[in-house]
Amino acid sequence: MAFLTDRKRAVGMGSAKTGTEHHWQMMVSSVALLLLIPMFVFTFGSILGSSYEEVIAYYQRPFPAVVAALTMLVGFYHFRGGVQTLIEDYVHGFARKVAIIGMICLSYGAAAFAIFAIVRIAL
Amino acid sequence: MVQLTLPKNSRMNVGKTWPKPEGATNLRKVQVYRWNPDDGKNPQLDTYFVDMDSCGPMILDALIKIKNETDPTLTFRRSCREGICGSCAMNIDGINTLACIYGMDEVKGDVKIYPLPHMPVIKDLIPDLTHFYAQHASVMPWLETKTNRPAKEWKQSIDDRKKLDGLYECVMCACCSTSCPSYWWNGDRYLGPAALLHAYRWIIDSRDEATGERLDELEDPFKLYRCHTIMNCAKTCPKGLNPAAAISHIKGMMVERVV
Repeated sequence: MAFLTDRKRAVGMGSAKTGTEHHWQMMVSSVALLLLIPMFVFTFGSILGSSYEEVIAYYQRPFPAVVAALTMLVGFYHFRGGVQTLIEDYVHGFARKVAIIGMICLSYGAAAFAIFAIVRIAL
Repeated sequence: MVQLTLPKNSRMNVGKTWPKPEGATNLRKVQVYRWNPDDGKNPQLDTYFVDMDSCGPMILDALIKIKNETDPTLTFRRSCREGICGSCAMNIDGINTLACIYGMDEVKGDVKIYPLPHMPVIKDLIPDLTHFYAQHASVMPWLETKTNRPAKEWKQSIDDRKKLDGLYECVMCACCSTSCPSYWWNGDRYLGPAALLHAYRWIIDSRDEATGERLDELEDPFKLYRCHTIMNCAKTCPKGLNPAAAISHIKGMMVERVV
């Protein structure tokens, strides 16, 4: 390190020529969630406190089930992107890679369980 | 890894309280970060008393008065004393700003002065800006052209020239970059608001012919995309500029190339 020039240190390994796709995907999923979250809150809220049979019947209708499924899918996809950024911010070195892998597994695992639960209720 | 506590050799100690000037009635307490690389001690906060009846109105006036009349070992950068050179950037009352254009009357209570945050300190209020300057140089802050040089000058319309307003005024004082949490944690790779503002100044310049190459060089999860629009840069800029907006425009251009 001591014999690197200042310019060499600043340039590092150069540009990764990536990042825009992640940025754009986060923007797209943000807009999607802007629509989905209110729809999910209103559909979920309207059936909150009802009996088991009523909830099952409600979520067997296409609109509430699709809204719930999309909210979970897009939500966990957005969560994955956001937490990855957070990890990149605060965790350095090898731990960064481990944390990102763990977080991706957690996000997609949670999304899969959520979709499974909704499908099971809806079908 | 993010640091939640200061390293052992950076922890502050209580410093020396210098004697009050004799006969002064209008005194102001000024506490200044002191660190000397030669004595092997931790940094300390020295307390000085400044006679405001014989002192200029700005923080820099007080520092110069302390250096001239009380403690000649106090070390800080200064040059133009009118907000043009950017030398006297420091953290005053919790705000990164230029000591020469920040008034003593803008600070309520005791005046606390530290060097710019999260930078290596050379001595007292002088941060090491080597990496900051190298990052600035890495964005090629000059006109890049491929067309043969015109006989006279590179022409620019009035409207295109106006696009540079709010960008060219940056004096590279480093107040913005050192106020940015993303720069604190990833300053080795993230270019920071100042360098990115300069990058945008040349990207948006109608005469520059290296727009694509400049965007290519910036397209990186760390060089550019560590900016999370925290806006500390815009809040602290002593020149009233908005680096966050410049960065946002760069991101917009990146998306425009893709979508």
